[in-house]
Amino acid sequence: MIKLKINGQEQSWDGDPDLPLLWFLRDEVGLTGTKFGCGQALCGACTVLVEKEAVRACITSVSDVVGREVTTIEGLHPTGDHPVQKAWRDLNVPQCGYCQAGQIMQAAALLIQNPKPSRDQIREAMAGNICRCGTYQRIENAVHLASTGV
Amino acid sequence: MNIQTNPNKLRGFERHIKVEKVKVENVSRRSILKGLGIAGGFVLAAPVMSRPAFAAYKTGADKMPHGTVVDPRVFVAIAPDGLVTIVAHRSEMGTGVRTSLPLVVAEEMGADWSRVRVQQAHGDEVKYGNQDTDGSRSTRHYLMPMRQIGASARTMLEAAAAKRWGVPATEVKAINHEVVHDATGRRIGFGDLAADAAKQSVPSIESLKLKDPKDFRYLGKGEIRIVDLRDITVGKAQYGADVRLPGMKYAVIARPPVTGGKLVSFDGTEATKVSGVEKVMEVKGWPWPSKFQPLGGVAVIARNTGAAVKGRDALKIVWDDGPNAKYESVAYRAQLEEAARKPGLIVRKEGDVDAALKGADKVIVGEYYLPHLAHVTMEPPTAVADVKGDKAEIWAPLQSPGGTREDVAKTLGIPEENVTINVTLLGGGFGRKSKCDYALEAALLSKDLGAPVKVQWTREDDVRNGFLHTVSAERIEAGLDKNGKVIAWRHRSVAPSIASTFAADTVHEAAFELGMGLVDMPFEIANIQCENPEAAAHTRIGWFRSVSNIPHAFAVQSMVAEIAHATNRDPKDTLLDLIGSPRLVNLSSVKDLWNYGEPYDSYPIDTARLRKVVELVADKGGWGRSVPKGHGLGIAVHRSFVSYIATMVEVSVDEKGKLTVPRVDTAIDCGTYVNPERIQAQIEGAAIMGLSLAKYGEITFKDGKVQQGNFDNFPVIRIDEAPLVTNVHIVPHDPDTPPSGVGEPGVPPFAPALINAIFAATGKRIRALPIGKQLET
Ligand code: FES
Ligand code: FES
Repeated sequence: MIKLKINGQEQSWDGDPDLPLLWFLRDEVGLTGTKFGCGQALCGACTVLVEKEAVRACITSVSDVVGREVTTIEGLHPTGDHPVQKAWRDLNVPQCGYCQAGQIMQAAALLIQNPKPSRDQIREAMAGNICRCGTYQRIENAVHLASTGV
Repeated sequence: MNIQTNPNKLRGFERHIKVEKVKVENVSRRSILKGLGIAGGFVLAAPVMSRPAFAAYKTGADKMPHGTVVDPRVFVAIAPDGLVTIVAHRSEMGTGVRTSLPLVVAEEMGADWSRVRVQQAHGDEVKYGNQDTDGSRSTRHYLMPMRQIGASARTMLEAAAAKRWGVPATEVKAINHEVVHDATGRRIGFGDLAADAAKQSVPSIESLKLKDPKDFRYLGKGEIRIVDLRDITVGKAQYGADVRLPGMKYAVIARPPVTGGKLVSFDGTEATKVSGVEKVMEVKGWPWPSKFQPLGGVAVIARNTGAAVKGRDALKIVWDDGPNAKYESVAYRAQLEEAARKPGLIVRKEGDVDAALKGADKVIVGEYYLPHLAHVTMEPPTAVADVKGDKAEIWAPLQSPGGTREDVAKTLGIPEENVTINVTLLGGGFGRKSKCDYALEAALLSKDLGAPVKVQWTREDDVRNGFLHTVSAERIEAGLDKNGKVIAWRHRSVAPSIASTFAADTVHEAAFELGMGLVDMPFEIANIQCENPEAAAHTRIGWFRSVSNIPHAFAVQSMVAEIAHATNRDPKDTLLDLIGSPRLVNLSSVKDLWNYGEPYDSYPIDTARLRKVVELVADKGGWGRSVPKGHGLGIAVHRSFVSYIATMVEVSVDEKGKLTVPRVDTAIDCGTYVNPERIQAQIEGAAIMGLSLAKYGEITFKDGKVQQGNFDNFPVIRIDEAPLVTNVHIVPHDPDTPPSGVGEPGVPPFAPALINAIFAATGKRIRALPIGKQLET
């Protein structure tokens, strides 16, 4: 039996310990905010926080996070008003929206590590997250807004 | 299978032939209540009647399957507490349509948007009219019907208030969610009026008074945010795979690796040993071509998607690769290019191009090649189905909910009325989700298993088993007289057609493909000939955002810059010279002119508008400005989906050949519009998609199999390579100009503008996409 903590709640799993965290979250726990885009750590759609780090849930197995705190988009902020979420809304970032949970989690992790990233640092840190709709200009501006307030 | 063989009717599909059979009278009030899901509070409900849309301008909307339905009782409900529910009957894939069209209704009704709730329609075209969310048509076809629906609801509310007060209806007006009587200062909220308004007869469309555009509170302003914005940012927005039903099984499918291949045998012993796997079973497939029917294969059923994927990896399968086992991209390209050098079917002819080319002072020849592309919507195809007896319910991201309903019914052999289609949000569409094969797979599996099933395509499935954008060779010969004026233009386009996915032996582009930038080329040249040599398909070809406009515009707009270079003139001036005088282009020489399904009277090719976007982008983007060493400016213009778009790109290419894009400017004239903020977003996105396809986009085949599989070998642009800034310049809102497309037209001019900029920066002319390593030194 594997025990792990997701968004502050204990969860247990007695199936395949190698099951990717992504599918555990989505199919077993029902936290569907975290998305599937590639399954190979190539797109960032499945990004979650493990403690303070952005992690690709599609290549992280359930056993890798035993005893660690996992935060998904649903748990990022109690009322959904994390500065990154607010900036995303202020700048109308999403188009289809599918990539945006991963983008927001990646941006939140960036701001934990580096509260005042430069434009270049934003582009570098966000380069693992694909947006096929092409919302990059707004993503960059929104991360900047979340970090600086302007 | 009922396959329409006339490829000219394929956009809108074979579904055209069913229109006459549809009866609208028998839709019950109960079904309306159910559809809107607000028991008790519903008031504007009554039997549904379809009527032709009355409009100041005509569109092709009524020629689409099931046409339009203009009836407030279908689209609007008002609860006693005043909450207004407006139905969105088109699919949301990122364009903002789920917000825009209901907003139009609210505007005309005089509703306060903060008291409006949007409800997604089921797939039911008898009730709602056409729901095919493709072809950049939603605003174009539905702006006026939605205004009429809103005006109609407003008229009923006003009539109810006037009756209650005993005053003439002309003395009252609906404003901000209430009806007011100015003379006495009386006012009643929409909620209080709802029950009485429902008893009013629905006014005739001809009698409706539309709002004066100067009184618009929302339209054309861009201040309203998309209705799903908050849900998206907190992880609550529901896409296809987010649907969870009790007892639902998870399935992934191994499909034939070659189009037209089929299953010979399989061994699921190892797969069934994988923890979480419950069953391995065959999925029925259809022979190629069969429109959107499933390819067939072997499904692994499990308690979660991860187990199903792992189980599939353990399958042992023998395939018969079938007739396309030798499809190979290098050889195919040579074949297309060879065909482009020989005469082909003439699809437009004005003057005598042979004689003019012979007599020309100079002939410039450009040969261009554009490979297959995959959509790679961020959300791979996925669907949930629950089939019980002769009833089926589907939850899926679908661009074609009405067509899917028909196809599910046909595939399962049950009546259409027994199929319920729930449309989730789409994590990108780009034309891929106009084809419902994934929903049909889920329906077949659910039927066999007797349980709800979710089918999830992996990214590899998406890249290898999709409906690819065509591959094409384009060849243009331009004949110049001794003054450098272009007197002859011959354009040959060779590409397998989307029609090949519907009918075997298709070798020519359909009218809707030829009409995307080949035969509707707007230049003022005395001798023009367009030809379409034969090309057979060896994989499934489908619509990809902006479709054949991509290769056609690439060839035409690259050629303009080639002519400018050869005559030592400015590319923008050359472009304007070729467009010629402001006029409505006479295309009577083109048989079956598609014109995006629109009547030419409402949507002619207006070169004044084409010139205007060129001039606007040149002005705003600073055409001719001096740029640093290694930088260059390029420009291109293209009319598609009856909108006019010009793009100007600034590139920088360093000594090693590394390409960056410091700035993009795009000017768009899409007629009257609803939400300029979303237009801006679509154009920003189109620049990214254009850059992706130009820089990296290429699907290749070997031994009949797609050689790519994921974002590592089919890369798309990431944020670190995106243009630093994309400026969007919208030609100001004119309420008298019919609305035109926005979702797709931003894509076609991007690649040629980029390539022309690279030429300006480096002197290197790229004629085959993708750019790949061509700039490396
Ligand atoms: S799904 Fe995990 S990175 Fe793409
Ligand atoms: S918003 Fe659609 S993929 Fe990013």
